[in-house]
Amino acid sequence: MNLRTPLGDEVLDLRAGDTVTLSGTIYTARDEAHLRMMEEGIPFDPEGAAIYHCGPVVQDGRLVVAGPTTSARMDALTGFLIDAGVRALVGKGGMGPEVVDELRGRGVYLALTGGCAALAAARMSLSGVYFEDLGMAEAVWVIEADRLPLTVGIDAHGGDIFHAVREKAKTQFHQRFNIR
Amino acid sequence: MMVNPVDPALSSALADATEKALREAEIRLPSDVLAALRRAAAVERDGIARREFENILENIALAEERQVPICQDTGVPVVYLTLPPDVALSPAIFEGIREGVQRATTTIPLRPNVVDPLTRKNTGDNTGTGMPAVHVTPGDRLTVTVLPKGAGSENASRIGMLLPSQAGDIPRFVAETMLIAGGKPCPPVFLGVGIGGTFDMAAALAKEALLLPVDTMDDYEQEICDAVNALGIGPMGLGGDTTALSVKVKRADCHTASLPVAVNVQCWACRRAIVEVER
Repeated sequence: MNLRTPLGDEVLDLRAGDTVTLSGTIYTARDEAHLRMMEEGIPFDPEGAAIYHCGPVVQDGRLVVAGPTTSARMDALTGFLIDAGVRALVGKGGMGPEVVDELRGRGVYLALTGGCAALAAARMSLSGVYFEDLGMAEAVWVIEADRLPLTVGIDAHGGDIFHAVREKAKTQFHQRFNIR
Repeated sequence: MMVNPVDPALSSALADATEKALREAEIRLPSDVLAALRRAAAVERDGIARREFENILENIALAEERQVPICQDTGVPVVYLTLPPDVALSPAIFEGIREGVQRATTTIPLRPNVVDPLTRKNTGDNTGTGMPAVHVTPGDRLTVTVLPKGAGSENASRIGMLLPSQAGDIPRFVAETMLIAGGKPCPPVFLGVGIGGTFDMAAALAKEALLLPVDTMDDYEQEICDAVNALGIGPMGLGGDTTALSVKVKRADCHTASLPVAVNVQCWACRRAIVEVER
């Protein structure tokens, strides 16, 4: 499926493991930006928005590279965004059980391949910035994305591919090393 | 002839070599690393994992085409220096390396990643107290090897002071390290394992093991690699056949009463480059 922001109920049809592309406006946010938005409010229209967990390298108003950062750092900071209408979180490594619950019936988590910073930047252009005082890595950059290649990591029905893989790994480990 | 230890030309040559090595490492993966990724991509059976490999390989090609870093986490600079007998170890050498890192930060560019450990204040140029980390060994030629180390994989690294009776548990310790890490260190990973020595030496050996070519594994390394891949964590923790691309082990003798084991986790972007200093 090819998704375009602002997102709506089409995200509810997705299932963990599906391949999608995402186009349109997305907003970067890491730890500091989440804290600032909780305090001062969201500086963009959150209805149907996509948040990108990313601290890019920006030089002379141009995105040099912009791969995903570890999403789990934002586990406890994400609920208010979903409540405000955010429909998609984009990042790497998956998120905790509280976020899986928050996304139920409302939105999805989309995984972008970690380390693929040149690939991501090749499909993005910079169109604005909020909270620039937070610094290059922590500011909210407004990005126009063109067909980002993503995997649905967590769907709106409690499906969580990362959790399933972790549980399987635990079983394998215990079997192989005879741990009861 | 002994080179003057305060020779500014030597310092400048080291800065040039360091900058050049960082540029090479950040933009282009070594051929053995690339070959390991391609081999694994060709045999991976999981559909999602295959797509992750496609993205990784496209990203590697795009970084070279656009002459930009492979990953936005451009790491912290770890430097290995070999010193021939006619070059004295002097402050000029460390100054040169530091200058090379500072220059590379602007010219490549690199993300400034080095901060004070407690105040978290960023130094802005990827140098600071103890940074870059420089390791010196004697050699035939004056060379600079860089290993820019990203935080995602470094944070998943682990050290254990095992009991002498637990030598057989080393594969389990390594596999457990990846079980705990899951998708966080950006698998498929390369694992450097240091066995023996002292607490600090085991960690140093584990990192040095990441400098070894990854196109061969001995039986012991293969056994550990198989144990890790049996977990099925897969690229990015999304599941698949490939969790580790290689395991390399370095050993040192140790105290009869101890068995230090260190695992240094390296993401798929195993960035390293060596440059001979022109002098």
